[in-house]
Amino acid sequence: MKLSSIAFNNLRRRKSRMAFLVIGLLIGVATVVTLISLSSALTADVQHKMENYGANILITPRSDNLSLSYGGITLGGVSLDPTEIYQADLEKIGTIRNNRNIAAVAPKVLGAVNIGSERVLLMGVDADKEFHLKRWWSIIGQPVTAENELVIGSAVAAKLALSPGDALDISGEQFTISGVLEKTGSQDDQLLIGSLPTAQRVLNKPGVVSLVEVAALCADCPVSDMVNQISEVLPGVDVNAIQQVVKTRMHALDQFRAFSLAIAAVVVLIGGLVVFVTMMGSVNERTREIGIFRALGFRRSHVMKLILFESVVVSLLAGLLGYFSGIGATWAILPFMTEHHVMLQWNPILAGLAVSLAVVVGCLASFYPALHASRLDPTEALRAL
Amino acid sequence: MAFLDIQNLRKTYCNEADCIVALDHVSLKIKEGVFLGVMGPSGSGKSTLLSILGGLCRPSEGQVVIDEIDLYALSSEKRADFRREYLGFVFQAFNLIPYLTARENVMLPLAVKNISVKEKREMASQVLERVGLGQRFNHLPTQLSGGEQERVAIARALVNAPPLILADEPTGSLDSSTSREIMDLFQQLNSEGQTILMVTHNVENRPYFDRTVVLRDGRVAEDQLREPKALAQAG
Repeated sequence: MKLSSIAFNNLRRRKSRMAFLVIGLLIGVATVVTLISLSSALTADVQHKMENYGANILITPRSDNLSLSYGGITLGGVSLDPTEIYQADLEKIGTIRNNRNIAAVAPKVLGAVNIGSERVLLMGVDADKEFHLKRWWSIIGQPVTAENELVIGSAVAAKLALSPGDALDISGEQFTISGVLEKTGSQDDQLLIGSLPTAQRVLNKPGVVSLVEVAALCADCPVSDMVNQISEVLPGVDVNAIQQVVKTRMHALDQFRAFSLAIAAVVVLIGGLVVFVTMMGSVNERTREIGIFRALGFRRSHVMKLILFESVVVSLLAGLLGYFSGIGATWAILPFMTEHHVMLQWNPILAGLAVSLAVVVGCLASFYPALHASRLDPTEALRAL
Repeated sequence: MAFLDIQNLRKTYCNEADCIVALDHVSLKIKEGVFLGVMGPSGSGKSTLLSILGGLCRPSEGQVVIDEIDLYALSSEKRADFRREYLGFVFQAFNLIPYLTARENVMLPLAVKNISVKEKREMASQVLERVGLGQRFNHLPTQLSGGEQERVAIARALVNAPPLILADEPTGSLDSSTSREIMDLFQQLNSEGQTILMVTHNVENRPYFDRTVVLRDGRVAEDQLREPKALAQAG
C-alpha cells in the first residue's frame, strides 16, 4: 500500500469518471495531433511537389532592355538577343556549392518556323528532362523519343488540323507528330516541341539555348543562394527564382497552421476545463475520504500528491490515446486534402509533445482541486458523514 | 507527569452574529494504560474534545500535551506526522475507504511510511488477526458485517502501534450484542496496556471504563474512577 496504489484503486473503482477525464483530455490532444500532423503532411506534400514538379529557377539571356511582354502579350521592341546562352556553359551549373540540391537542368531553344502560311514557335527540349519536369503535361499519344518527332500544343493541333501520327514538313525536314498536348491554358498550347539538337539545327542556332529551367530540391534549401551561385558561374545571363507559386501555397499553409493552432488551443482549454470541473467534483465527493486520510496522519502534501498522481495517470493515458487517435484521424482525413499519398511516419517528437501536453494540462487543471483537497479542514471533512 | 495533559481547553465557534462555547476551560490529566470514557448528551462538547485531542482542530485557548509534546505548537504537517505515529483513530460509522479491501484499509496509515509493501502487508495481517478477522483480508467493506467493519477500523487504528487510541462512538451504529463484542475487544486491548479514550453517549458502555468523564455544556460535570463493583459486572 502506497499513495500510488490508493490512487490506482480509486481510479479503478470510479471507471466512468476516469473515462470522462480521459476523454476530455484525449479530444484536446487528438485535435492538436491531428492538426499538427495534417499541416506537416501537407507541407511535406507541397515540398514534394516543388521538388518534382516544375522549375523554380529560370536562366535567361541578359537583356539590357526592359521586357515589353506580360501575360503572353508582347508589345514589340524586344531586342534580338544580343547575348546568348551557350549550351556548353551549362555544365558549370553542376559545379556550384549547392549542386546536390539541383534536381534537373532543362535547357530549351526557341525560334519561329514557317509551316505553310503559319508562323509557329518551335521549342527544342531535352526530352527526358522536360517531360519529367512538366508532370502536368498530359499527352495524347507519345512524348518525343526520336530526333524527328514532335509533340504539338493543342492550339497548334487545332489550327493546323494535325493529330498524332501525322507528318509535318519544317524547312524541308520531315517530322512525325508523336503526340498532342492536352489544353494547358498556357503558352505551351502554342508550341511545337521537338528534341534540342534537331531544333537547334532547324533554327540554325547550333550550341545555343534560349532559356534554361532549373529545378532545385527545395525542402529548405536557400533558392536565393542558389540563384547567386548560378549567377557567379554564368556571368553573362540573368538568373531568377520563380517563387510566387510556392510562396502562395506556403502562405496558405501557414494560415492553415495558425488557424489550426488557434482551434487546438481552444479545444485543449476546454479539455482542461473538463478536467478541472471533474476533479473539483471528485474532490468534493471525496471530502470525507480526504478527512479520513488526514486524520490517519496524511500530510497536506500527501493528499496533494494523491490527487496529482491520479491526474498524471489519467493524463498519460489521455496523451497516449490522444496521440494515436490524432494519427488515426489524420490518416483518415489526409486523402481528402491531397491527391498524393503522403507517408505518415512515427514521430517520437509529436508523440512526446502529445503526452507532455496532456500531462501539463491535466496537472495544471488538477492543481487547484488538489490544493483545495489538501486544505480541507479534516474535522469538517469528517463531519460530512 | 501525566501521559495526556489537557490544560484549560476552551473552544468557541463563532459566526457573524454570535459565538457558541463548545468547550469551556476543560482540564484533564490522563495516565498511560487507562481506558477513559467521555460521556455526555449531544452538544456537550465530546466530539470537539476528541477533535482537539486528535490534532484536527485548534483550540481557542489552552494546551494539549501528549507524551510531553505540545500538540498545537507543531505545524500542521508535523501534527499530521504526530497523528500517524502517536494516535489511532476509530471513527463513528467505521469510515472505511470503500474501494480498498480490509487489509488495504488497515495499511492506510502505513501508506506514507518508508517500509516495504511486504512488511506493511504483514503488519496489517497481524493486527487483523489480533482483532479476530484473520480470514477476511481481501474483502471489501461492503462485503463485511457492521461488527467486522468496526474491527477493521480498530485494526487500522492499531496498525501503527500508537500509544493512544481515540474512539468516537465506535458502537453508535451497531446492535447491542455486536456492541458488546466490540467493547470486549477494546477492553482486551486495554488489558494489554493500550491507552484508550472513547467518546460515547451509550451508558451501557460505562462499566467498561476505568475512568468516566461526563461533559455537560462544555464543562466537566463529573469525573469518576470505576468502582470495584462495576468492574466485576463488566468482567
